[in-house]
Amino acid sequence: MKRRTSATARQKQAVSAPPERWELRLYVAGQTARSAIALANLERICEEHLKGQYHIELIDLLKNPRLARGDQILALPTLVRKLPAPMKKIIGDLSNEERVLIGLDLRPLGREGT
Amino acid sequence: MSKKVWLPWPPGGRLPLQPLPKVPSGVHGLDEITGGGLPRGRPTLICGGAGCGKTLFAMEFLVRGATEHGEPGVFMAFEETAEELAANVASLGFDLRRLVAQRKLAIDYVRVERSEIEETGEYDLEGLFVRLQYAIDSVGAKRVVLDTIESLFSGLPNPAVLRAELRRLFRWLKDRKMTVVITGEKGEGTLTRQGLEEYVSDCVIFLDHRVTDQTSTRRLRVVKYRGTTHGTNEYPFLIDEGGISILPVTSLGLAHRVTNERVSTGIPRLDEMLGGRGYFKGSTILVSGTAGTGKTTFAAILARAATERGDRCLYFCFEESPDQLVRNMRSVGVDLKSPVKSGTLEIHAARPSTHGLERHLVTMHKVINQRRPDVVIVDPVNNLVRVGTLLETQAMIIRLIDFLKARGITTFFTSLTGGGDDLEQTDIGISSLIDTWLNLEVVKNGGERNRTVAIVKSRGMAHSNQTSEYILGARGVSIADTYLGVSGVLTGSARLAKEAEDEAAARVADRAIVRKQGERERRRRQVEAQILLLREGLDADDADLAGAIQEGHVRLQAETLRMAKSRPAFVARGHRGKAKGPGVRKRR
Repeated sequence: MKRRTSATARQKQAVSAPPERWELRLYVAGQTARSAIALANLERICEEHLKGQYHIELIDLLKNPRLARGDQILALPTLVRKLPAPMKKIIGDLSNEERVLIGLDLRPLGREGT
Repeated sequence: MSKKVWLPWPPGGRLPLQPLPKVPSGVHGLDEITGGGLPRGRPTLICGGAGCGKTLFAMEFLVRGATEHGEPGVFMAFEETAEELAANVASLGFDLRRLVAQRKLAIDYVRVERSEIEETGEYDLEGLFVRLQYAIDSVGAKRVVLDTIESLFSGLPNPAVLRAELRRLFRWLKDRKMTVVITGEKGEGTLTRQGLEEYVSDCVIFLDHRVTDQTSTRRLRVVKYRGTTHGTNEYPFLIDEGGISILPVTSLGLAHRVTNERVSTGIPRLDEMLGGRGYFKGSTILVSGTAGTGKTTFAAILARAATERGDRCLYFCFEESPDQLVRNMRSVGVDLKSPVKSGTLEIHAARPSTHGLERHLVTMHKVINQRRPDVVIVDPVNNLVRVGTLLETQAMIIRLIDFLKARGITTFFTSLTGGGDDLEQTDIGISSLIDTWLNLEVVKNGGERNRTVAIVKSRGMAHSNQTSEYILGARGVSIADTYLGVSGVLTGSARLAKEAEDEAAARVADRAIVRKQGERERRRRQVEAQILLLREGLDADDADLAGAIQEGHVRLQAETLRMAKSRPAFVARGHRGKAKGPGVRKRR
């Protein structure tokens, strides 16, 4: 319960501050079930927490393999938060929402004040 | 009870007799040990502790493959960036940037930072596969290096996923027929910390870097090589400006060709002692002796003789600087300066302790390969023992001798024998490898130290059994005549005294001969005079006889004449009647 309030507080803070732009990149390899799940999860979470502030770029490495090098992609699927800085990387199909929020710094756990 | 039945294997046929296909590793010496290189289309694990040369080994495999064997490669680095790698191997003469520009090499740096990664569900390492595939396609790679894939274990949160993915990765690489080298850090009691050997079971090579008596030695061992025989020893190796070199560089067999050609020792009397013609070309010669017996002088004389013939000579000197050697040899009339100037003689001097044993030998190998000399001198060979252990040195010397023999190079070792040691025992125990062995000794006698040389052995030629004294003079080494005294070979003053004695005796003998000759001459003259006298007597007799005969004739004629005067007709008729005599008598 407490966590949620703090998250809402942060969200309100984010809203009250000049709106941040969230650049997200989701790296996948082909149209696999796992990549579909990851994309669905990402869109759901963004709609819930970052409505109107985000942009998702889906990158299929089978089509653009050279892009894997730039963001040091190894595991798939990988979600990269390009903006706001610093860059963050989240691997997996994003089904653990809790950890996605932590990874995106939408819900800092024990990192309050940093 | 069921009967045990042996099923044929492989089912229904014979084993294929085709040898395992191999790719040349490009690492000097490794192909000899492994019988042709690394297994083609299979992974090889290179493991060892920190700083043992794993990355350089892997890099050399790729660079040589790309430049010498037409096999482009992919280097997937997990620890160093491409720039760092390029800088690190530039000292080995590898220009990675150029190779990348020529599309012979692709380097992909994979960075995994644990703190940056949040795991949020199921994943795989398809990204790694995609990158590898991309890199392979970009250069048409045949060789792949993964250095060090273990770092993924610290970077990725889920080892179970990682292990499954690694297994898939090696399968994937095998399907693509990539010859792969994987490096791995040595673990406690295991070959690699993360048990990579579990995935790579075709070929495992272990590198080691250890320090004994403050001298570091790198060693390599082929732990396993499935489907082929390989050298199982630990082989020292070396990293220098030419890359990695492993000894032995030569074959493991005894199959060198020999020649009947001879080379002069540079000392005519010594040539005589060695069957009249000196050493065999391409043989191994050892000169052993205590300090100050003139081993270096023998070596220098051989060097001079070789260069005068027009041969090229390499002189490895572990005791003196080249200048000192040249100066010292001038004092015994051996001019090394002009062959050094003309380039036929090269003197390489180094303190034995400056390098480890294997670096000395690799350096020697290198210089020999570059210069292609006819004669190699190592002075003294046992100084190298100080660097390594006895066993190591022995092994290295054997390899050096094999290496030189295979090239038909005449090799001359000097060996310093300790004062108290058995003089006919070399402390590195290489005598069985030596073809011709000269032993120099100092004989202490009558307040003098004199030097003697003896041939302990000389394979394949009749040689002198005598111990002879030799003298180091202003014109080099001269071997004196041998005098045997009561206590052995006479040397120094004793020999000179004996020589004087002999000379006196010879003079006495000469005089006796002259005297005898005079006597004989006299006698001859006497006899001749007698002969003359007798002949004169004979002549007188002859004359007497002739006179008597003459006298007899005259008397007979006179008698006949007188009788004829008394019966003149008879004489006339008688003359006729004598002619008609028989007819008259018949008519009667």
